[in-house]
Amino acid sequence: MLKDITLGQYFPGDSIAHRLDPRAKLLLVVVFIAALFTAENYLSYAFMLVVTGTMIAVSRIPLKSILRGLKPLFIIILLTALLNVFFTQGTPVQIGSVTLKHVTYEGIVRAAFMVLRIMMLISGTLLLTYTTSPIALTDGMEILFGPLKKIKVPVHEMSMMMSMALRFIPTLIEETDKIMSAQKARGADFETGKLIDRAKALLPLLVPLFVSAFRRADELAIAMESRCYHGDEGRTRMKQLRWQTRDTLAMLLGGAVLAATIVMNVYGL
Amino acid sequence: MEPIIKIEHLSYTYPGETEPSLKDLNLEIGTGTFVAVLGHNGSGKSTLAKHLNAILLPTEGRVLVDGIDTADEQQLLRVRGTVGMVFQNPDNQIVANVVEDDVAFAPENLGVPPEEIRRRVDAALKQVGMYEFRMHAPHLLSGGQKQRVAIAGVIAMEPKCIVLDEPTAMLDPAGRREVVETVTRLCREKGITVVLITHHMNECIGADRVIVMSNGVIVADGAPKDVFRQSALLRREGLTVPVTTELLEQLSAAGMALPLDALTVDACADAIASALAGAPHP
Repeated sequence: MLKDITLGQYFPGDSIAHRLDPRAKLLLVVVFIAALFTAENYLSYAFMLVVTGTMIAVSRIPLKSILRGLKPLFIIILLTALLNVFFTQGTPVQIGSVTLKHVTYEGIVRAAFMVLRIMMLISGTLLLTYTTSPIALTDGMEILFGPLKKIKVPVHEMSMMMSMALRFIPTLIEETDKIMSAQKARGADFETGKLIDRAKALLPLLVPLFVSAFRRADELAIAMESRCYHGDEGRTRMKQLRWQTRDTLAMLLGGAVLAATIVMNVYGL
Repeated sequence: MEPIIKIEHLSYTYPGETEPSLKDLNLEIGTGTFVAVLGHNGSGKSTLAKHLNAILLPTEGRVLVDGIDTADEQQLLRVRGTVGMVFQNPDNQIVANVVEDDVAFAPENLGVPPEEIRRRVDAALKQVGMYEFRMHAPHLLSGGQKQRVAIAGVIAMEPKCIVLDEPTAMLDPAGRREVVETVTRLCREKGITVVLITHHMNECIGADRVIVMSNGVIVADGAPKDVFRQSALLRREGLTVPVTTELLEQLSAAGMALPLDALTVDACADAIASALAGAPHP
């Protein structure tokens, strides 16, 4: 049962969005976020909505998956909306003869803007993780953050840790399953009782899991050293990331979107 | 032949222990041979294995790998590139999410150019018969397949010697056979020296040489048929003899004239058949 969870959120596919270089996609997300935060008026918002829609269409990720990705943040979105509705100064809303003292027209508009912005922001980043495999993502990040090595940021080590963690998720899940079965066989109950009871029941599961994880880490370290691992000094890669024309074009397009939002705001269109 | 591994007066005591795990060990392993090391738990066989690629360094004495002293830190990568290690638990030595990426790990560490890594990875996967699984996720493979991937990950370094530290302990019989057949083939066809550490007698039958260890010393050393003939010694060390030897022994004890050194199933069957044919019918 635990085995069924997917690794990361990657949707394998063959769209242009999937084939773009992970570095290009990471940079594009940054550009996209910058454009979102420059957008201030109706026209630029409409424009960003079109851009987001196009991105989703191009990636061929079903809209349903995007909405599912937005779900966990529903509370935050709701809270943002309410705060903006109630705490923005302006003309109070009148329904018939009733004046809602704390609800203003400006507040409603702002709330709508903020909600849209958050939703587009999340959709954009979701598209990145939906269309890029976790390994490609760590590879891309390692190269993009490469210059930070000069100021002693352990970029390679961090990306190695990330890919190692990803590698061991299925192994540890399998192990959890096994320990759970063993505990259930001896009468442990993980499914019923109050929240506190269930949390307590997890303790005999977590302890052996941690112990085994440490043992694994130890053995893995020796195995890696045996295979000549010594950090990234003089290390090569079998799979080289190749920057292609389509990546340059995508970046240019991203730049154009950002420029367009800036222009729309500056000239107040 | 020039030995690939030369051990001179090796003693090793684990930190915090008083009793040494290896005591004044002397051993030479010839290039291209298939050596099996036997011993029960705590006999020092795994400790010996960890000395062969500088995971552990001798407390006393020295270990030479292809003429290089393993204690020489400057040469560490050369030592580890010469002697590859395969461990017991296949899950804990696979580092990547895709089979071929894992096999590429060691040559990547050695700074081999990308095209050359590609060539080595494909060659290594073909040699262990896992080429068609190159895009698979390791956790979906069987134990024997995972262990073969681990072996491919080692031979992609193009080492002269592979040390396998109980590689079959966690495998089912089919997986065990896969692994032993693979290393035997690597030794015979590619001339790679193989040091197989095990406590399964039947895996030693195809070896050129069997070394039996007990309490940190070597108690028997020789061709499999010579070592397994000393069944009393093996039993005293808490080991068994191969089923073929045991069968021949029991038949001999019952009065049949049989050689005790027919180790493979076929040789054993032939020996019994010819003994039956030659024996006068009662």
